[in-house]
Order: sequence, then structure tokens, then C-alpha cells
Amino acid sequence: MLSKLISPKTTQKLMNGVLWASGIFTIIILIVIIGYILMKGLPAVNLEFIFSEPIDSGRAGGIAPMIVSSIYVTLLAVLIATPLGVGAAVYMAEYAGETQIVKLIKFGAETLASIPSIVFGLFGLSFFVIFLGLGWSLLSGGLVLALMALPTIFQVAVVSIESVPRSYREASWALGATQWETIYRVVIPAAMPGIITGVILGMARAISEAAAVMFVVGSALSMPISIFDPGRPLPLHLYVLATEGLSLKNAYGTAAVLVILVLIITITTNTLVERYRRKMMGR
Amino acid sequence: MINRTREILIEKGLFITAIFSIIIILLIVLFIFREAVPIFQDYGFIHFIFGWEWAPSEGEYGVFTMIVGSLCITFLSLAIAMPFSFLCAIFMAEIAPDSMRRILKPVIETLAAIPSVVYGFFGLIVLVPLVRTHIGGTGFGILTASLILAVMIMPTIISVSEDAIKSVPLEYKEASLALGATHWQTIINVIVPAAIPGIITSIILAMGRAIGETLAVIMVAGNVAQIPHSILDPVRALTSNIALEMGYATGLHYNALFGTAVILFIVIMILLVIANYFHYKKKIVVGGGYL
Repeated sequence: MLSKLISPKTTQKLMNGVLWASGIFTIIILIVIIGYILMKGLPAVNLEFIFSEPIDSGRAGGIAPMIVSSIYVTLLAVLIATPLGVGAAVYMAEYAGETQIVKLIKFGAETLASIPSIVFGLFGLSFFVIFLGLGWSLLSGGLVLALMALPTIFQVAVVSIESVPRSYREASWALGATQWETIYRVVIPAAMPGIITGVILGMARAISEAAAVMFVVGSALSMPISIFDPGRPLPLHLYVLATEGLSLKNAYGTAAVLVILVLIITITTNTLVERYRRKMMGR
Repeated sequence: MINRTREILIEKGLFITAIFSIIIILLIVLFIFREAVPIFQDYGFIHFIFGWEWAPSEGEYGVFTMIVGSLCITFLSLAIAMPFSFLCAIFMAEIAPDSMRRILKPVIETLAAIPSVVYGFFGLIVLVPLVRTHIGGTGFGILTASLILAVMIMPTIISVSEDAIKSVPLEYKEASLALGATHWQTIINVIVPAAIPGIITSIILAMGRAIGETLAVIMVAGNVAQIPHSILDPVRALTSNIALEMGYATGLHYNALFGTAVILFIVIMILLVIANYFHYKKKIVVGGGYL
């Protein structure tokens, strides 16, 4: 057998090489994808592209209404999902104890996190758009995305609230604070960096989603004014441009803008986490 | 007294936020299944799942070809992504120096955060012509879709497996090294076997992500509802079927698309239950593991 022919020391060296190669290859994949999109897309991105409306259903012109739509739906999603996600996390970490209900809540979040985005889209269409009568609007889109961002915010918040040392709580109780005062004044401030990280990750999920909103936001090209107007977020615009072959140049530009947004979000989270980690270690 | 009432009210309020996700899941089940009922009643559940022909204009609503399509894409992408992702997870948990880990972690997070439409677009512009000229076919097909999906599910497999490998007790490793085993022998004979439940969880989670992916697959899979004969043949996934036709579907066709969503929902629930079984029964905690 092979293992008999090659000495363990040689295998060790060989596998070290293979493992290093796999790590480096991962980095290369990311560089190739992002590099290609940015190289092709950045020449199309300028102030005019960002601040003007599309002409001839996207064949020319810019992406201003899509950026506004994306901002609307993402902010709506985060504003709705954050109180719900953090509230649920506080309940689970501080009140629930070790009951059956904890397992149920955890399973609920996991299920919500794993439902395919297109199923969320159909639910949004039949529930928000038709049943609740919200119509094809940014509000309906924001609501659907809130449901998708919720499990992310919840799961990260649980971990960060649970990692607040118990002595903090005990000190607060000893001073005569009630359970809620302790949570509000001590636990949540201490867990804040983690909670913010979760919110940013939820935001990343909302801003990059297209399938869930394609039958919910109405896909209109005009500039949305209120949340009751239809709109078309950036990822959906990229999908339409690419599949209907309207304009390759604008598709590259839109993709580049999306990639830059995602990069900003990941770099911000990493800086936050790193700073927090250093603060906790440096005590 | 006022304080006590307030405390109780707050607890009740927080409880409602906690069960909110359960309420939403029940609503999703209710509203998706409600719209799907007519297709199961009028067309027949068995007929719907095992029917080979999808021709809404002629009243044929069999989704079997799409179930096969989804499975082909999912398994091929897993086969491509798995070996490589395991190596990368082992590298990150065992071999990589701190500096390398500090680069790889954000790289993998970014790979996970890139919108699926951007992946699809990259596949359409770069991979489709590449496959067409160097391998054959039209370029739109199982292979191209699996390649792009493999990149999309890699972050899930890497991060969940890495956590599983890291959570293997240090004593195991020390005992093996003390017996004179090399680091690689320790990894392959001791650490990886101990981390198997977590690794299986990572595969199942990745599978769920691959089955649920919609737009990236639409853009490169060709979307022909047929049983494929080679990996270069175009196929249509269950998710793609919904996204492609929902825009204009009415009547029974509309119900059939909700029926497709029901099948997706059931498949995902089964995968989730299996993942939970491995996750809890084997008592190895893997952090951050969700689809």
C-alpha cells in the first residue's frame, strides 16, 4: 500500500504542502472573483452612474433608484429584525433557563435560517403583498428581508449575551437592581459589540438578496419616494440586466457596486470584532 | 409593586419576541401549503412529484425532472467542494500560523457574503464560455452550475468543519503525538475521526444551501426541464422553476409553483432534522452552524 511505501515523515511533508496549497487556493478564488468583477466593473462606476436614473430600462444611465431601493429595504429589514432578534436572544439567555422552550426557539431560528430564499419570496407574495394588502412595495420587501435577517441577528446576539461574565450580573443584583435593570444597564451594554456585529451580518444578508424580493418589491425602475412605492434593489437589477442581456457594461458596474458594499460590510465587522477582542484580552 | 408588574410585563414581551420565529414558520407553512393544496388535490400528489412532463400550457405539472436536476447539481457541487473544503478546514485548525489564519478568516467570510447574483453573474460571464470552449456542450449545464455552487457552499463546510476540528479535546492530540505519531498521522487517525459528527453537520448544512440556491443556478444551469444524460446537459432546479415562472403564472400553474415550494420546504426540514440529530446526539458543539 501507499502508506507502506512512503515514510510517515515524507507523508507529513507532502501533506503540509497540500494543506498550505488548499489554504492559498481559497484566497486565490476570492481574489479572482472579486478582482475580475472590480476590474471589469469599476470603469463603469462613476458619480454619474451612481447618481442618475436608468434610461431605456437599464440599457443606459445609472442606478440611483436601485441604490435608494436597496437602502430602504435593508434599513427596514434591520429596523424590524433587530428588536425582535435581540429581544428573543435576551429572553433565551436571561429568562428561559434550560427548558424545552429553549430548544424550540433555537430550532425555530435554525429553520428560519435555512428556508430557501425563493420560498420566502412566495410567502412574501401571498402574505404581505396579497393577504395583508401591502402591495408590491419596498415595505413588503423590507418585511421579507427582516424575516431572513432575524435568525442571523438572533444567533449572534445569543452568543454575545451568554458570554457576558456572570459576575457582572451578580454585582448589579447586589446593588439592588431588578432583573430588567440589570439586563438593560449591564448585560446589553457589555454585549453591544457582539450585537452590532450580528446586526451588520443581518444587513449583509438583506442587502445581497434578490430571489426573496423579486416577486415582492415590484421591480419598478422609477425613483421610490416612500416605503409604499415599488422599487428594485441592486441585486435584482443585476439579475435583470444579466439575464435579459440589456447592458453588459451596466451589469458589470452594478456588480462592482454590490461587491464594494459587501467588502465595506465585512471589513467593518472584522475591525469591530478585532477591536473588541483586543479590549477583552487586554484587561 | 409597580416594579414587579413592570418586570413581569417585560418578561412576557420578551417571550413574544422569542417565539416570533416559530409564529413566522407556522405562517409560512400555512400560506405556502394553502396555495399548494389545489395542485395536490386536482392533479394528484404522486402525479405531481413523479410526473416527467412539465408543460403548464398543456396542463402537465410533473416536477420529477426538476427533483433530479436539483439533486444532480447538489451532489456534484458537494463532490467538488468537499475534499477541498476539508483540507482547508484542517489547514486552518491545525497547520496555519496565526498570521495566515488572520487572512483566511475574513477571506472565507467574504466568500460567504458575496451576493448569489454576483456569483451567478461571474458564472455566466466567465465559467459558461470556459466550459463551452474547453470541455464541450453549450456551457449551460450541471457542471457549470455545480462549479459555481461549490464555491458558494465552501465557506459553510470550511467554517463548520473547522469549529468541529478545533473542539476536539487537546488530550486526544497530545496522547497521539506522545505515542510517536506524526502530526499528519494524528490528524487523519485521531482528530478527524473525533470531529466526524461536526463534519457531517457541515455537509448537510451545505447541502441545504445548495438545494435552496436560486438565482446563481438559474443563470448558468440552462433551465431545460429534462432528465440529464451527462454532466454537460442543461437541467432545471426546483428553485429555478419557481423563480422563472412565478412572474406570469395563474390558476393551477400558480398553485403548482407553490407545490414546488412545498417540496423544497419538506426537503430542507428533513435535512435540518438530520443535521440536528448529529449536532445534539453526538454532543460536539459546532458554533455558527446554520445554512
